[in-house]
Amino acid sequence: MKLSVVKELLNAEVLTGHEQLDRNVTNAYAADLMSDVLSSLDDKTILLTGLTNTHAVRTAEMMDIHSIVFVRGKSPDEETLKMAETNGIVTMKTDMILFVASGILYNEGLRGAVIVR
Amino acid sequence: MIAIQRSYAVEKNDFTKAGEVSSNIKKIMKQVGVEPEIIRRVSVAAYESEMNIIIHSYGGTIDFMITPEYIKLVACDRGPGIENIELAMKKGYSTAPQNVREMGFGAGMGLPNIKRCSDEFIIESEYKSHTKLVLVFKQSM
Ligand SMILES: Nc1ncnc2c1ncn2[C@@H]1O[C@H](COP(=O)(O)OP(=O)(O)OP(=O)(O)O)[C@@H](O)[C@H]1O
Ligand SMILES: [Mg+2]
Repeated sequence: MKLSVVKELLNAEVLTGHEQLDRNVTNAYAADLMSDVLSSLDDKTILLTGLTNTHAVRTAEMMDIHSIVFVRGKSPDEETLKMAETNGIVTMKTDMILFVASGILYNEGLRGAVIVR
Repeated sequence: MIAIQRSYAVEKNDFTKAGEVSSNIKKIMKQVGVEPEIIRRVSVAAYESEMNIIIHSYGGTIDFMITPEYIKLVACDRGPGIENIELAMKKGYSTAPQNVREMGFGAGMGLPNIKRCSDEFIIESEYKSHTKLVLVFKQSM
C-alpha cells in the first residue's frame, strides 16, 4: 500500500517527507512503548503511535522504518520533526485513535509486523 | 576494512541527547559498508543499551569497535547495578517509573532484545557497583 493511500484512508496530514508518498508499506506496528517496536523483525513497516517525542523517530531510525503515523491528533514538536526530516522519515498525523486507524489499515490489506517470539 | 574504534560518554537522565550515540554508530557502519541486516541488529542493541544507561544508571560509557571479523559494543556504567540479573532479563520486567513510561520506555523488552540481536552476549553486574554489557556481532566477510 502506498503512503499516499494511507494518508487518504486516515484522513491524515503529512508533516515531513511530502515527496516520498509513493513509498510502499506492507506491514504495520501499533504501539506506544518503543522497545516493543524494537523487537519487530521486518522493514517495510509503518509505525502507528501516540508517542510524539524524539524517541519514536529514533526508534524508526534504528529500525529503518521509513514512515510514522501519529494518532489521536497529537503533534510532535519541532525537534522531533527535524529529526524525522534529517532521517528521511515520512511522518503524518491523524485525529483517529490508534484502534480505529489500525482497523482501517488492516481492513484495506496491511498486516501485522513480524515480531520475535 | 580498517579497524575503527570509538568511545562515547552517556549521561544519566539526558533525554535530549538520547539516541545520539547509537545514531553515530549507525552512520559509521553505513559508511564502511556493513551488511544492512547487521547494521540493524547492532543499532537496536546500541540504542537499547544507551537508553538503559540514561534511564537506569548513574551514567557510563559505550565503546564501539569494528574489525573485518566482528563488531563489538561494550556498555559500562557506574552503578547502581542490577540486583537480580535473571529477573531483569525476563521479557516484560521493568522498574521504569511512570514518567519514563510516558516517554515510551519501560516495556521491559530492552535486555532480552539486546541478547537476541547479538551473537555473543555477556552481562555482568554487581549490585551497588556497576553494570557491564559486552556484545559481539559476527561479520561474514
Ligand atoms: N544499566 C542498568 N543499570 C541498572 N539497572 C538496569 C540497567 N539496565 C537494565 N536495568 C534493570 O533491568 C530492567 C530491565 O531492563 P530492560 O532494558 O529489559 O527493560 P526496561 O529498560 O525497563 O524497558 P525497555 O527497555 O523495554 O524500555 C530495568 O527496568 C532495570 O530495573
Ligand atoms: Mg531498557
